[in-house]
Amino acid sequence: MSPSDERALPGTIFDESAILSIKDLSRMCAVDERHIVEFVEEGVLNVVNVSSEWRFSGDALRRARLAVRLERDLELNLAGVALAVELLEELAQLRRELRTRR
Amino acid sequence: MEFKDYYKVMGVARDATDAQIKQAYRKLARKYHPDVSKEKDAEERFKEVGEAYEVLKSPEKRAAYDQLGKDYRPGQDFRPPPNWDSGFEFSGAGPGDGSYSDFFDSLFGAQARAGRGRGGGAHPGRGEDHHAKVLLDLQASLNGGTRSFTLRMPEIDAEGRLVSKERTLNVQVPKGILAGQQIRLAGQGERAPGNGTPGDLYIEVEFQPDPLYRVDGRDLYLELPVSPWEASLGASVKTPTPTGIVDLKIPAGSHAGSKLRLKGRGIPATPPGDFYVVLQIALPPANDEKAKAAYAALAAALPFNPRASLGV
Repeated sequence: MSPSDERALPGTIFDESAILSIKDLSRMCAVDERHIVEFVEEGVLNVVNVSSEWRFSGDALRRARLAVRLERDLELNLAGVALAVELLEELAQLRRELRTRR
Repeated sequence: MEFKDYYKVMGVARDATDAQIKQAYRKLARKYHPDVSKEKDAEERFKEVGEAYEVLKSPEKRAAYDQLGKDYRPGQDFRPPPNWDSGFEFSGAGPGDGSYSDFFDSLFGAQARAGRGRGGGAHPGRGEDHHAKVLLDLQASLNGGTRSFTLRMPEIDAEGRLVSKERTLNVQVPKGILAGQQIRLAGQGERAPGNGTPGDLYIEVEFQPDPLYRVDGRDLYLELPVSPWEASLGASVKTPTPTGIVDLKIPAGSHAGSKLRLKGRGIPATPPGDFYVVLQIALPPANDEKAKAAYAALAAALPFNPRASLGV
């Protein structure tokens, strides 16, 4: 069975262009908004648009979910989460490079 | 169903204190957490550890488990006695969002499940979002196109149990997606109860190694072999690029490692990446008299010391 284009689900890139509100992020990560604010204050998440209301990129969803998992499963505090997220991203970047060089 | 020895899973004694259990959990969780670990069976082990901790950290569950476990050996066939858990009260959500074993479910299933999922931002009438990761070939990003992914999805079955279900999706991969980015498939997450909106599915992408190109963010690199005279004298050579074969002008005086940039010919993201050609000098083999004579003539004509910078 070969995948046919007519039946294929249209995928969209969810990244810088996807602008999320704090409400969206809070719902998608199943944590309350106060917690998203803490992530921002700790530097786990970056706000892309600060005008009247905070806005986040699609990538923030990935980071926020990772942060929530680490916090819950490893019982880390916020500073620990921030450090771990940063190191994990660096690690992913290095692995990516390594994979393409092999 | 096999009896599970949660003490063995956690590597603690049966009379371990709460503090010892917590310590053992933290150590094992760091070792096997799927976001952190590179162990092959990390996810499996993490679930096992999470399940064991879920039982042993709760005084009620631990007492119930101990009571029941007196007569069982690990691996032994296990049937919970009817109404075995009356008199114990369970509450609280477990770590992880993976499924627990049948063994766990038969003991604590309904009670443990009741408290899980739908945390803080619960939205009545909307299905939960699902998340997955896939390895994608670079061509899919360069040219777009349809790929089929087989994903394992947790689902709540008719009896309210969490089961893992496999499904295959044909997906139009958006052109220009980069490693680490997510593809969003609207409405492909959890079905909503009643007539609510289904959740979305997010697929995080990593690239498989490509036979030709090395990827760095949105830029692509190609190692292009050229002959010594093409590099030294300059030449126009055929080069594969993501958008087809082009004639590339090699400037005279190029050397191994010289980088040539074709602007905007990398991954077709917004903005598009660049395409870099990195020159490699390929030497013709000296395997016949003619070739040997040519090398000898070159040696005689050029006073060249490739090791001058090493001081020898």
